[in-house]
Amino acid sequence: MPVMNIQDFSFTYPNVSHPSLKNINMKIRKNKITALIGPSGCGKSTLLRSMNRIHDLYPGNRYEGTIDLLNDSTQKMENILDIKKENEFIELRQRVGMIFQKPTPFPMSIFDNVAYGLKIAGIKNKSELAGRVEQALKDGALWKEVNDRLDKSAMGLSGGQQQRLCIARAVAVKPEVILFDEPTSALDPISTGAIEELLVELKKDVSIAIVTHNMQQASRISDYTAFMYLGDLIEFDKTESIFLNPKEKQTEDYITGRFG
Amino acid sequence: MEKIFRNLAFSSASLVFVILIGIFITLFLASKDSIDEFGLGFIVNPNWNTEISLSNPNANMDMDMDMDDSSASDDMMMLDDEDDMPAEADTMLFDEDVKDTFTEYGGLVPIVGTLLSTIIALVFALPIAMGIAVFLAEIAPKNIAYPIGIAIELLAAIPSIIFGMWGLYYFAPIVADLVGGYQVSLLTAGLVLGVMILPFMAAITRDSMNTTPDVLKESAYAMGATKFEVIKDIIFPYSKVGIIGSIILALGRALGETMAVAFLIGSIFTLPSSITDPTISIPVAMANNFGEAAGLGESSLFYLALILFIISFAIISIAKLYFLRGAK
Repeated sequence: MPVMNIQDFSFTYPNVSHPSLKNINMKIRKNKITALIGPSGCGKSTLLRSMNRIHDLYPGNRYEGTIDLLNDSTQKMENILDIKKENEFIELRQRVGMIFQKPTPFPMSIFDNVAYGLKIAGIKNKSELAGRVEQALKDGALWKEVNDRLDKSAMGLSGGQQQRLCIARAVAVKPEVILFDEPTSALDPISTGAIEELLVELKKDVSIAIVTHNMQQASRISDYTAFMYLGDLIEFDKTESIFLNPKEKQTEDYITGRFG
Repeated sequence: MEKIFRNLAFSSASLVFVILIGIFITLFLASKDSIDEFGLGFIVNPNWNTEISLSNPNANMDMDMDMDDSSASDDMMMLDDEDDMPAEADTMLFDEDVKDTFTEYGGLVPIVGTLLSTIIALVFALPIAMGIAVFLAEIAPKNIAYPIGIAIELLAAIPSIIFGMWGLYYFAPIVADLVGGYQVSLLTAGLVLGVMILPFMAAITRDSMNTTPDVLKESAYAMGATKFEVIKDIIFPYSKVGIIGSIILALGRALGETMAVAFLIGSIFTLPSSITDPTISIPVAMANNFGEAAGLGESSLFYLALILFIISFAIISIAKLYFLRGAK
């Protein structure tokens, strides 16, 4: 079942005449990992950043088509491109979390980092906060490493721990979808492995879209893969089909390493 | 080559210490007469260039004790102005009939004036500077932020005497109309001082806010934070060091500012009973009185300079140690 349905979607950056994404059609399925792969500049990050409208922090972008997001309570699809008010943006971003390429711990303690999303969502009860933070840190596979220093600054953690902290922070607000923008490209192989395990674990609760430069990573963890090239979606299918039996010549060339 | 370069760099760096210690020693030596004469009591003594009657024998004895180790020439100098100067200072102690006076110097008024005008300036400028910085760094679109940023930098480039004249002729009457009191007062001096340090604080704070990585802000927005929450929870903590640095620089400027304050503070050695009263600050006292000062008066001005030096040094060190440690 799709939680996000992208139809005829085109995106143009401000002060640019030609669109960076052209006629994208794909789905993010519930409790699955969908990988977006393709060479640099193909638009995979641009597409990911459209899914929570984070582009709109900078004015002047143009969207066409629709991105429908499943509303859990009504089971109806709602077009997130219609959002205009700030409180709707806030609600969207609470439902669609995002993890960035570099770890982004906030300049505060480990506890406050994880509690941040909860606090700004209006949860004030201390014991509830403590419970949710503990659960989120466990979900982020970080609890054992940090439970004795929750009040210490998050800046003191290693890169891999910081990235898992960011994941815990995103998980804490119980989003429906989490978008990962090359979450392991700044990490060493061991931290990368930990994050990959974590993603597979997390898909029980959330639907995941991940942009990755690393094709092995896509084949290891994803259920669906989209191959993009120069702003077009070339092929979107189950990961096995893309890697074992690609229909398009370009896809085959890319995954066999002939270009990109 | 490597060695020469290293030595050059090292000696440039040590020059700072040499200058700092040199200034301190010079100030200390020049103010030694006054320190010997008045001791630490100088700091809490509100009288400046006041002739004190020495007819009270008890007070006399105290003075004598203090003066014991200072040379006779001191006594000569401090009594310079008096017509009935005795040939030997000591004779006055035993001559009850001669009504004698003694010129006293105390630093309380300028010290209080300096500290209060600086505090007023800071209280006035800090919130406005933060507002300007937040507006320029986060809220204003580029085509508005750019000209305002230039205007702020130009404001910082205006010589202080212009601020003084503008303050005296145009700003002070308005302030006096609004809050009452004198046109030349602690309040008007503090406010004009505030206007002067405003551009520094705003510009440095804006620059340090601009160093907040975009991805960190995006990451907070991606959690559902509002612009206000991002500014409060991410940008301010992230740029704390820069903001404190801007406050320290502004403090340094406000404490030492002479010209603009000289126009506006009133330059009288009286303790203000309210912030709309005129008083004097340390730099103004020095600028106004060096011309005709001699002997103990001159030495007392150096004593004031030493105190200003210590105050600035202490405030900046405390701010650095305390806040920057807290920031880590």
